[in-house]
Amino acid sequence: MTMEMICAGFGGQGVLTIGRFMAQAGMKEGKSVSWLPSYGPEMRGGTANVSTVVSDEEIASPIVSFPDVLVALNQPSIDKFAPSIRPGGILIYNTNMCPNGCKRDDIQIVSAPMVDIALEIGSQMVMNMLAIGVIIGKTEVIKHQTMIDEITEYMKGRNPELLEMNLKAIQRGVDIGRG
Amino acid sequence: MSKILMKGNEAIAEAAIRSGCRLYFAYPITPQSELIEYMARMMPKVNGTFLQAESEVSAINMVYGAAGCGKRVMTSSSSPGISLKAEGLSYLAGAQLPCVIVNVQRGGPGLGDIQPAQGDYFQATKGGGHGDYRLICLAPSSVQEFADMASEAFDLADKYRNPVMILADGMLGQMMEPVEFKPALTDEEIEELGEQHTDWCIHPNQDGDLKHHHEINSLEIDPLVLEQHVINLYKKYAEIEENEQRHEEYNISDDNEILCVAWGTASRVVKSAINELKAEGKSIGMIRPINVWPYPYEAIAKAIGPNVKQVYVFELNTGQMLDDVKIAVEGKVPVKFWGKVGGIVFTPAEIKEKLEECFKE
Repeated sequence: MTMEMICAGFGGQGVLTIGRFMAQAGMKEGKSVSWLPSYGPEMRGGTANVSTVVSDEEIASPIVSFPDVLVALNQPSIDKFAPSIRPGGILIYNTNMCPNGCKRDDIQIVSAPMVDIALEIGSQMVMNMLAIGVIIGKTEVIKHQTMIDEITEYMKGRNPELLEMNLKAIQRGVDIGRG
Repeated sequence: MSKILMKGNEAIAEAAIRSGCRLYFAYPITPQSELIEYMARMMPKVNGTFLQAESEVSAINMVYGAAGCGKRVMTSSSSPGISLKAEGLSYLAGAQLPCVIVNVQRGGPGLGDIQPAQGDYFQATKGGGHGDYRLICLAPSSVQEFADMASEAFDLADKYRNPVMILADGMLGQMMEPVEFKPALTDEEIEELGEQHTDWCIHPNQDGDLKHHHEINSLEIDPLVLEQHVINLYKKYAEIEENEQRHEEYNISDDNEILCVAWGTASRVVKSAINELKAEGKSIGMIRPINVWPYPYEAIAKAIGPNVKQVYVFELNTGQMLDDVKIAVEGKVPVKFWGKVGGIVFTPAEIKEKLEECFKE
């Protein structure tokens, strides 16, 4: 199985990190992974996106033209990338910052007020962890436990006090994704 | 050792250190800045020297000095910075100094932009600097291969006393993929590597006389002496051409109707298109030159099977490697080209469409 994903949003929302942890966890499960960020004169408040591929086979192109999954944290990301989602693919978006949503009816859509939920959990900073949870809950492309292990290992050396909040956000996301 | 998820820029830096590189001189430029940043962090930890030079010209001449001492030394840059190093490359080749230069290509000409491109193929394989010389030139297509090429490049540089360029691009530099490193050379092993050069390099003169006097120079004012020097270089290059052609074959078979040729990042995208067309029952193969100098002419000629009606070259430039493919094909079948420029990378869908047009013809 191959999952080609694009995550997009404003710079500073942590979209690159979503892709990075998905790739990291995929690698831990022995899958082939690639992580290709948009880069350029971009800064906080600008737009950022990352193509991530997780596959059981060797990955040919790391460039994703027709994503199986699009994670959009703001409206410009939907406007730019949603038209190219493969029919039957998945759109995950943040209703707080996507007032117009998406009109397509040939894809599966999971939406949630991600900013509100993140704030409720404790900080807007965990919105990307929430999104990671939704991806896992919806696609099961990697195991929830693998991600818990990854985040735990990553946070314990840096911000152990923030670990619980991050794990909580992922759990909430998984619940939303499973519906 | 287990796999680590790493950017290409960081992976090549780590692999270079593991291969015994203890001297690195460079000047920052996007999209290779993570490479110089990694070296700045890690070189002090292995008692190596990291030096951010005041310019690319200065950095490449520091490489000249260090290589003249028989040490494994590296510099890196991106396209415009490599142009600034061009004079130094010619001097290094002329003085037969082993070293590694990494070019993480971006869009050009001029300052261009900072997105991935393959516009420096001519510069890397046909010259760049003045004079009659060759650079051994390796072109990776994945982060793993980028990392593996560090030790290969240093070994080739040492073996032939020649500068070696690794020709990557912004995508390989910025992308993260799992990478597995070879074990790091020990200080003793690195010391031993240096000893292979003591018959020509500058090294401490312990017994006080001039027995070890070695001159490292690219100036030969006597035409007869220079003539012989260039003839000797030419013999060396012929030996490299004989021994060091490398390529990857992808889906090559006698059924192939189209033969694609692509290198580096571009080849990854072409592979995706081939996979899709293969699933639809079409037969297309690809040759990916891994070393772009020396060029695998014979491999391409051999891959033109009985049913191949078209050779298709895809590059992120306006057609540079295309010339080498035409030399290899010798007019036996038509050679088509399609490329994207300006730092824009083509998509698998675009390549697939181009190939489908060929099948319809």
